[in-house]
Amino acid sequence: MIVGLDMGGTHIDAVLLHQGEIVKATKRPTDRSNMLESILDTLESLFSGQDPSQIERINLSTTICTNAIVENKTDPVGMIIECGPGLDNDFLRCGRENIFISGYIDHRGREVSPIRIEEIKEAVRTFKDQSISALAVVGKFSVRNGDHELKILDLLKDEFFPVTLGHTLSGKLNFPRRVFTAYYNSAVYNTYQKFCESIQRAMQKENIKAPVYVLKADGGTMSITASRQFPVNTILSGPAASIMGGQAFLKTSQDAIFLDIGGTTTDISFLAEGVPLLEPLGIKIAGYPTLVRALFSVSIGVGGDSKVRVEDQKLAIGPERLDRPKALGGKCATPTDAMIVLGLLDIGDRNKAFLAMKEIGDKLNLSAEAAAKMVLDQMVHMIYVKVDELLSDLNSRPVYTVRELLYGKKIKPKRVQVIGGPAQALAPIIAEKFSLPCSYPKLYEAANAVGAALARPTSEITMYVDTAQGTLSVPEMGLYERVSSSYSLEDAKKRVTALIKEQAKQLGARDDEIQAELVEESSFNMVRGFYSSGKNIRVRAQIKPGLIYRLWSDENAGS
Amino acid sequence: MLAAKHRLGLVFFPAFDWAISPSHPEREERLLYTQDQIFEEGIMDIENIKSYNPELAKKKDVERVHFCVPDVETRVTQSHLISAGGAIKAAQVVMERKVEKAFALVRPPGHHAQRVVYGDRGFCIINIEAIMLENIRANYGPIRVAIVYTDCHHWDGTQDVYWNDPNTLFISFHQDGRTLYPGTGFLDEFGGPGAIGYNINVPLPPGTGEEGFLYVLDNLVLPILDEYKPELVVNSAGQDNHYTDPLTNMNFTARGYAELNHRLNPHIAVLEGGYSIEGALPYVNLGIILAMAGLDYSNVKEPDFDEKKLRQSPQITEYIKRLCEDIYERWKHKEQIARELLKGKDYIVRQRHVYYDTDGIMEYQTQKFKVCKKCSGVNFIESNSDIGMPIFAVTIPPDACPSCVDEGYRAYKNADIQKYYKIYLQDRPGDNFMARSINAP
Repeated sequence: MIVGLDMGGTHIDAVLLHQGEIVKATKRPTDRSNMLESILDTLESLFSGQDPSQIERINLSTTICTNAIVENKTDPVGMIIECGPGLDNDFLRCGRENIFISGYIDHRGREVSPIRIEEIKEAVRTFKDQSISALAVVGKFSVRNGDHELKILDLLKDEFFPVTLGHTLSGKLNFPRRVFTAYYNSAVYNTYQKFCESIQRAMQKENIKAPVYVLKADGGTMSITASRQFPVNTILSGPAASIMGGQAFLKTSQDAIFLDIGGTTTDISFLAEGVPLLEPLGIKIAGYPTLVRALFSVSIGVGGDSKVRVEDQKLAIGPERLDRPKALGGKCATPTDAMIVLGLLDIGDRNKAFLAMKEIGDKLNLSAEAAAKMVLDQMVHMIYVKVDELLSDLNSRPVYTVRELLYGKKIKPKRVQVIGGPAQALAPIIAEKFSLPCSYPKLYEAANAVGAALARPTSEITMYVDTAQGTLSVPEMGLYERVSSSYSLEDAKKRVTALIKEQAKQLGARDDEIQAELVEESSFNMVRGFYSSGKNIRVRAQIKPGLIYRLWSDENAGS
Repeated sequence: MLAAKHRLGLVFFPAFDWAISPSHPEREERLLYTQDQIFEEGIMDIENIKSYNPELAKKKDVERVHFCVPDVETRVTQSHLISAGGAIKAAQVVMERKVEKAFALVRPPGHHAQRVVYGDRGFCIINIEAIMLENIRANYGPIRVAIVYTDCHHWDGTQDVYWNDPNTLFISFHQDGRTLYPGTGFLDEFGGPGAIGYNINVPLPPGTGEEGFLYVLDNLVLPILDEYKPELVVNSAGQDNHYTDPLTNMNFTARGYAELNHRLNPHIAVLEGGYSIEGALPYVNLGIILAMAGLDYSNVKEPDFDEKKLRQSPQITEYIKRLCEDIYERWKHKEQIARELLKGKDYIVRQRHVYYDTDGIMEYQTQKFKVCKKCSGVNFIESNSDIGMPIFAVTIPPDACPSCVDEGYRAYKNADIQKYYKIYLQDRPGDNFMARSINAP
C-alpha cells in the first residue's frame, strides 16, 4: 500500500492506495497553529485498522516551509554574497545581515580575484554580534567553480549551522535566484528539521518501516532523509500534487490543459506530450524568484466560492472570496450557487442559491436561471482568456538556435482535464468554450492526495565541461574533476546519464523508477586566435516527473 | 525585485547553430559568454524587461533595401532573415509602444552590406538595420531617423543605403579608414546630391579611449541631433571599439559604451560587430542593456579593466577636438556646400569598386543620382563583378516627385535586356519591387 498526503491551506487530504485502487481516503481541516499535529492526526486516522507492515511507501506534500516563508516565521539568516562586476547588488539584500565581499569568478569559472580572509572574519564578527546562526554563501558564477564558496564554508563551519552554499542548489545560471534560494534554504532549515524528526518519531510509534518521501514543486519526490539538506525544495508542492493527481486519471501523450478549480482560485497548467510542463528556472515565492524546480502553474482569482456581483450593469466574479456560497449559509452569491440553481450540483439549500441568482438576475433583467448560466459562462470565459494568454507566452519563450526558431515545438492542447469541486459541473461548459474534449476524474476531490501518493523521485543535474581548462563540474553533486583535452560531448552525455542515476538513488529512487533523459546538450568550439583551444560542453539531465502507476480503472470518467 | 526605469524589449538571438565557418570570428560561440552573463545576472527576471523572439524577415523586406544578384533566395539564408527579423521585431515593439526601448542582440550582423549584394562582405550579406528601418517606415509611415553607429569598422554598407536620404541622418564613429577595414569613412563622404551633409563620418585615431568617444558624443553628435530633431534614434551598437578586440586598435570600455548609450538615449540599439567574445561582449552588452533599462551600470567592468592603461594620450584628445570642430563646421555649412557641388548639374555620378572580402568578389559600380529640386531624386546603379552577372538597378526614393517616378519607370522599361543579367526596379513610394531578365522578361 502507498500512502499519499497533501497538506493544503484549509484541508489535509490523505489516501491509501493498493494495486491501483483507493482503499481509503481521509480529509481533515488544517490547524494552522499546529500543522504538525494536523498531519499526525490525519495519518493516524488513515492508518487505523490497517496493517502497518503492508505499507510500502509514504509520500507527503507539506506546506511547513511555504507557510514559514509566507508568514515570515523563519530564522534570521546571515548572507555572504560575492558579486563581482555587474548589476548593482543592493536588491540582493534578503538576509538579516548581508555582507558583500570582494573576490570574483568569471563566466568560465576562472578566478579573477581571490577571496579576502579578513572580510570573512569581519562577517563572522557581525553575524555573532547579531546572534545569527544560519548562513548562506553565494557567489556569482559559483556554479562554474564552487571553490570560493567551499573555502568560505571551511572558515565558517565550526561556528555556524546551517550554511547553505549557492552552487549546491542548482547548476543553472541565475545569480539573484541563487542568492534568494540559498537564503530561503537556510531560513527554513530548522523549522523543517523539527518537522522531519516528528514525522520519523510518529512512524516509529505506528511501527511503520516504509520509506517516507516528500513531494517537491516539480511533481517529484525525494526521500525525507535527502530532503533535510535542501528543505527549500519542499516549498509550493501543492499545485504539483494536484497536477500529478490529474495525471493518474488521464492517459495521454498529447498536449493538454490542466485546470484545478478550487474555492478561491483556479490553477492553470499544461501537459506537453503528456508530461507536465516545468518552469524554465524555478518558482517564485513571497515575491522572490528562486531556482526551486517547479511545474508550471498559474493561479487566477476565480473559483467556486468567488464573490459574484453586478457592477456598472455588468456581472463581475472574484477575485476575492468572502465566505461560503449562499446555499451553504454564506453572505454572497457565488458560482457554486449558480451550479446548484442549474441542477449541476446537489449540495446545500437550493432555495438560498435560487434567491442569490434571482438577486443577480434582477439587476441584469434576467431570470435566476439565465443569470446562473451567465455566471458560469463568464467564469469559464475568464479561465479561457488566461489560458490563451499563457499559451501565447509559453509559445514565445525565447529560443537561441535557428533550428528551434524555425522548427521548435509549440504547445497545441488537444484536450482539457479539470479537477476540483466544480469540475463535473463545469466540464461541459469548458468543452464547448475551448472546443476541446474535457474530462474530469470521478474522484477528483482526492486527486491531490493521489498525486502525492503516486509521485516518483525526480532530479536534475547540470554538467559543464571546459576542455581548454581541463575542468568538468556538476555543482548539484559537488563534483569538480579534471578531464583531458579530448573529452567529447559523447563522453559528457554518457557521464551525465550515469551521474543522474546515482543522484536519483541518493534521493531515494528505486532502480526501476529511474528513467534518465537529456534535456540540454551543446558543444561549442572555442577558438582563440585562429585555432581551436578546446570545447565548451554543457549538458543537463533529468529524471522527469512521473507516476508509480496510474489509476487506469478511472481512465474514462466523464470524458 | 529589481525594476527597470524604462520598459525595455530584448531580442536576444545568438544563433548557436550558425557560423560562416568553424573558426571564423562570426561563429556559434560568439554570443555564448554574453548569454552566460545575461543569464547569470538574472536580466530576464527584472521587471519591465521583456524578451521577444525574432520573426523571419520577408523577401519584400530585403527587396526594399537590396538588389540581390541573382536573387534574394540565392544570397540570403534563413539565418540572415532571422537576424534581420530580430531587428524588425525590436523596432516593432517600440513602434507599437509595447516597450519604450529595445535592443536587438542578434547575429549575423549586416552593416557592411550595401545596396547591391553579390555576396558576403565584412561578415555581412543583408543590412539588418536598413531592413528594419525600411520595414517600419513601410508599416508606420515616414519617420525621421538618426542612426548613430559605434562599431569600429566604418559602416560602409549603411552609408551606401542612406547615401541619398535626407530623412536618415547617418553618423558613424569608427577607426580611421587609413588604418582599418574597409578603408572608407572619411569627412568628404558627406552624402549624395539629395542628402548632402546627412552622412557624417568621424574617423578616430587608433588609441581613442572613453574620453574621446564621449567628447565626440557631447560636442558633435548631440548638438547635431538637437538641430536635426529625429523622431527615432537608433544606436548601431557594434562593439569592436573595445580595448580587447582582436581586430581593432581602440581603447573603449564597457562602462564607456554604457555611458555613451545613456547619454545618446536611443530608442533602438542593434548589435553589429564585436569579436572580443569573452573579454568585451559579455560586459559591453550587459552595460548597454542596463543603460537602456535605466539601471545602474557603474559596477559593469571587464576583468582586466585598468583605468590608467586605457587613458588616451593628450595628442589624441587634441586631434579629436579639432576633428569635431571641422565636422561641425561642415554640418553648419551643408546647404552652402550643396549649392556649390550641385551648381549647374543635372546628375551626379560616382564610380566605385566594392570588394566582398568574405567571398572574394570584386564589384565595379557606377551610381547616378538625379539632382532634383522637388525630391531627393531618382537614381540608378549599373554594376558588374568579376563573377559576371552585370545588372542595372533603378531606385525611386520614398519622397519621389511625379517626374522622378516617371523617369524611374521609363529607365526600367527602356534598359537593354541583352546587356544585363538582370534589371531591377525599387519603387519605394509604391512599395513595389520588380525585376526582369532574358529568362523572365
